[in-house]
Amino acid sequence: MDQTQERKVKIRIENLYKVFGRNPQRAVEMLKNGKTKDEILKKSKLAVGVADASFDVYEGETVVVMGLSGSGKSTLIRCVNRLMEPTAGRVIVDDIDVTTLDQDGLRKLRRKKFGMVFQSFALFPHKTVLENVEFGLEIQGVDPEERRPKCEEALQQVGLKGWGEYYPANLSGGMKQRVGLARALAVDPDVLLMDEAFSALDPLIRTDMQDELIALEERVQKTILFITHDLDEALKMGDRIVLMKDGAIVQVGTPEEILTRPADDYVSKFVENVDITKVLVASDVMKKPSPVAFVKDGPRTALHKMKEAGMSGIFVVRASNWELVGHLTAERAADAARHGDKWIDHITSADECATVPLDQPVRSIFAMVSGNPVAVVDEAGILKGVIVRGSVIAALSERGEEANV
Amino acid sequence: MFEIPKMPLAAWVDGLLDWLTSAIAPLTRAFAGFVRLGIDGIVNGLGALPPVVLMLIIGAIAWWIASRKVAIFSVAGLLFIWNLGLWGPTLSTIALVLVATFISILIGLPLGILSGLSLPFNRAVTPVLDLMQTMPAFVYLIPAIPFFGLGPVAAAFATVIFSIPPSIRLTSLGIRQIDHEMIEASDAFGTTTMQKLVKVQLPLALPTIMAGINQTIMLSLSMVVIAAMIGAGGLGGEVWRAIQRLRAGQGVEAGLAIVIIAMILDRITQNITVKKGEGKAKE
Repeated sequence: MDQTQERKVKIRIENLYKVFGRNPQRAVEMLKNGKTKDEILKKSKLAVGVADASFDVYEGETVVVMGLSGSGKSTLIRCVNRLMEPTAGRVIVDDIDVTTLDQDGLRKLRRKKFGMVFQSFALFPHKTVLENVEFGLEIQGVDPEERRPKCEEALQQVGLKGWGEYYPANLSGGMKQRVGLARALAVDPDVLLMDEAFSALDPLIRTDMQDELIALEERVQKTILFITHDLDEALKMGDRIVLMKDGAIVQVGTPEEILTRPADDYVSKFVENVDITKVLVASDVMKKPSPVAFVKDGPRTALHKMKEAGMSGIFVVRASNWELVGHLTAERAADAARHGDKWIDHITSADECATVPLDQPVRSIFAMVSGNPVAVVDEAGILKGVIVRGSVIAALSERGEEANV
Repeated sequence: MFEIPKMPLAAWVDGLLDWLTSAIAPLTRAFAGFVRLGIDGIVNGLGALPPVVLMLIIGAIAWWIASRKVAIFSVAGLLFIWNLGLWGPTLSTIALVLVATFISILIGLPLGILSGLSLPFNRAVTPVLDLMQTMPAFVYLIPAIPFFGLGPVAAAFATVIFSIPPSIRLTSLGIRQIDHEMIEASDAFGTTTMQKLVKVQLPLALPTIMAGINQTIMLSLSMVVIAAMIGAGGLGGEVWRAIQRLRAGQGVEAGLAIVIIAMILDRITQNITVKKGEGKAKE
């Protein structure tokens, strides 16, 4: 937690309320006095959209606001760029209090800071794909010669190069939403507001889009506020998740925190059906890599280490930095010892050695751990841990129990 | 016992009209000038062309905007009218319709936009439009006379009043029925009110607006015929004369000509937006 507090806050939402109806302030008072959404609706005909929401979004972070329909998540995101007027509370973006801006200031903020993507795409049917993508820059008064290359680049980023002349009606759902994304990216906003952006897509296309957005996020480093009703999507996309119910925030935390330490019964009910293998990654289930053999070890030393640990193979690393060199089986070490070899580097095989990065989802590791253990390495190729079949299963059962409390 | 006197509604209206006639004289003069100029210009301009050339031009327009079928029908219909010897009255009817429609759109479109954007204005204008559309068409002829005297200008005035409601109504409806997410998308990118109107709302409302204009044209045609009673001339004048002399045959001829003109105008204007609305793919 300490680590995140040093990061720059991009969006701060403070005690935000949104109530629909006449004289909505009344409902804010009632909420502060502990009345529930239903009681207020019965008594005053006021519909509570968002009740006392507070959380921060850090720069470059993807925060997923998730909840069932009617939980106020779409209302919340619309209060951030004031497509809806908050009833009370503040939204601060880069030290600018959005809630106090006049129309002119608000327009400038929307043009520079935000790109928004909508559930049903909201592409303009009378404009071509390229004209749609150009819309943001067009209304900012950017010349066609200047904005066109930028927009073609945005189209390329979402994999729609060459589709600029088509009309949205000619495109499939997934392609339409790519256009929606390109339209938002074209203005080079700091923040992407994504309102159920993938919810209207087929499951397969949806997964593709999620993967691509994650990849895109790596490249362009945007702050993303993502709304969804799908927990799997939230767990996959979110650096942190804001869970909402009846307009109020129930829990804010990393996907892992939400799963393993649900704040209340509501959250635990919510998460109990999650396929935990989708969430856990290699670093969650790996064991300490010991013992290992060093490159300068002789075959007999390596054999001895294997015998001590009761293993039929061993990972070989450089002693200086634990960079992974390969895997050595007991069989081959014994062979080398018989021939009187001094070192093991030439018999160490890099090919037989299965490696995965730290953030590899456990789901995809299952198939690999049937035989030899799998090495977990960081970007520099340094051995961080090993995964054997048993450790995966143990981790799964353990987490599963915790999440099911 | 109690004698409740009749409300002098007629007297009030008369008084109001008398006052209006003198009060807005400059306005009526300007209107009269514009209408005369428009009608004369169109009649003289179209009249200068040989009928066959004009028929072919109209046929070409019909082909371009609608289809070959409409084009063939248009040329055949116009030939038929020409054959009946109704070419002259047809031209003046078309001129009157064009001028009245132009004025209706000129006034109706901005009012429709206003009523599409502002709910209070929409609420205020709706009952007025209801009244205008339920009032028998003939009633509009009466105030037209004190303002403009007998003749095509008075006819144009009555026609504009009668035919303007659909332009206003459907423009307003077209703007109101735009998908809310489109408006949100526009707002989210920081459009000004004007940018939103011009780049998003009007283009998206265009099919509905065109339907309103189509309605306005059809209503003006029907009113132009009725307005023959106050000297509009044209095909309506032919019908009116036939009624007065009880010449059924002449009445049918002029009536058929009106139907043909109505169909040509309707088919052409109906297709103006259908063509643009189709998504064009890259070849």
